[in-house]
Amino acid sequence: MNHLPQGWGRPRDDVYGAYDASYLQNSGPNQHTQQPVVTGTSVVALKFKEGVVIAADNLASYGSLARFTDVKRLRTFADAAVVGFGGDVSDMQYLDRLLTSLDTEEAYGTTGHTLNAHNLHTYLSKVFYKRRSEFNPLWNQVLVAGVDQEKKPFLASADLLGTTFSAPSLATGFGAHLAQPILRTLAPDEEAAAGLSKEQAVEAIKECMKVLFYRDARSMDKYSIAVVTKDGIDLRENEKLEAQSWAFAEKIRGYGTQVN
Amino acid sequence: MAAMFSQNPLMNGPNYSFNQTPTAAAAGNKEHAFYPYTDNGGSTLAIAGEDFTIIAGDTRSTSGYNINTRYQPKVFKIGGTTSSQDDANIILSVVGFAADGEALKERLDAIVKMYRYQHGKPMSVKACAQRLSTILYGKRFFPYYVHAILGGLDEEGKGAVYSYDPVGSYEREQCRAGGAAASLIMPFLDNQVNFKNQYMPGSGVGHDLQERERKPLPLVEVEALVKDAFDSAVERHIEVGDGLLMMMATKNGIEEKYIPLKRD
Repeated sequence: MNHLPQGWGRPRDDVYGAYDASYLQNSGPNQHTQQPVVTGTSVVALKFKEGVVIAADNLASYGSLARFTDVKRLRTFADAAVVGFGGDVSDMQYLDRLLTSLDTEEAYGTTGHTLNAHNLHTYLSKVFYKRRSEFNPLWNQVLVAGVDQEKKPFLASADLLGTTFSAPSLATGFGAHLAQPILRTLAPDEEAAAGLSKEQAVEAIKECMKVLFYRDARSMDKYSIAVVTKDGIDLRENEKLEAQSWAFAEKIRGYGTQVN
Repeated sequence: MAAMFSQNPLMNGPNYSFNQTPTAAAAGNKEHAFYPYTDNGGSTLAIAGEDFTIIAGDTRSTSGYNINTRYQPKVFKIGGTTSSQDDANIILSVVGFAADGEALKERLDAIVKMYRYQHGKPMSVKACAQRLSTILYGKRFFPYYVHAILGGLDEEGKGAVYSYDPVGSYEREQCRAGGAAASLIMPFLDNQVNFKNQYMPGSGVGHDLQERERKPLPLVEVEALVKDAFDSAVERHIEVGDGLLMMMATKNGIEEKYIPLKRD
């Protein structure tokens, strides 16, 4: 302590060092998304013979707080594709508006051409890559499900860095660890996926949503599921998890203070 | 006057109001959250022969310990007239950050296509190699985070391989391995393609030892070398596996071959 009143009641610089001003804002709010705020968790999807099944729960979390419990994270596009969003919800809503305007432009265009799932995925991945190159990323990982120009099942991923890839089954976030192994045993390659029926695929996806609800603390038992084929989209937005069994829970040992 | 009361060397004066805080970041920057790169693993390999070039890459894409997909090619035909690239004569492989690799491939392909339309002839591999260097250097201060390898046949019909660093330094070589398992494959190539550390038995002792004479390898032997190199890399590197995509440039065009690798 010294005689200067402005030094009273605060940590001494000579003891604790100067205040790290980088924690303060320079001027005005941050313009760029530097971290996701309100987030959606996993999206899971699986190809089958005629199309693709995709699902995501209806929860938007604020950190560990289950903030919004009725957020639809699957979005249809022009009756040809479904986009499943993981990551930041406000960026999802921005992309939703962007895709609505894209859909309108294409529908009223003079080419008579409509965008398929493949085209939509290319568009989204270029938006992501451009934004990451401007250091202003859209903080999402999305799965695009639908049919391509040859009416074959199409499933691909795009993320905040512009990274893209395609596979018979895909899962974002926690789903990449918990759901993907289940889906890969069922469809290890494209041929195996092409041998799956719609019922098998839907059942597998529902099983994955259940496993995710058991183990992902940022998940919810209310979810959306969509089946996309060349004949159109069947989207259900208020599904409840069925046949849950928590009997396994009491057998779990070895976490926290409970050693054995 | 303010400096007289300096409590805080950073602020250079007595100031405890937020609108007088320093506007520049303090020394020892706060770690920022967004990093625009990632590593998608995988490995590539290119060997030039007498009248052919082989460029190969595995088809696994990873992020951390996760496998994104088991089939994402890293080797591409460049500059054909159609999207099928049937009449292309140049091969490009990119490994590192896949999104940058894709962007780089698409830019080079567009440029080589434009050259073909404007000049009425396909671009030479030598010209394409110089152009690729210029593209990479154009992003010197925000680089494409990739190890690119370009190949084809030169003006004399000989196999040509050009390898690059992320900012465009390049060199024509006999062979080059790139990506995650480059450090595993390259020494093998030095020994088996350029016959490094191979001497003629009984040709002398010490410095009198004669090096084994270098000769270009035939295509079948090179193909076997590529397979062996990748089988070995798959054993020892977790980011390499699933499938091997090979492209062979000869005077008859580019032939494509896919061989499964271990998926573990």
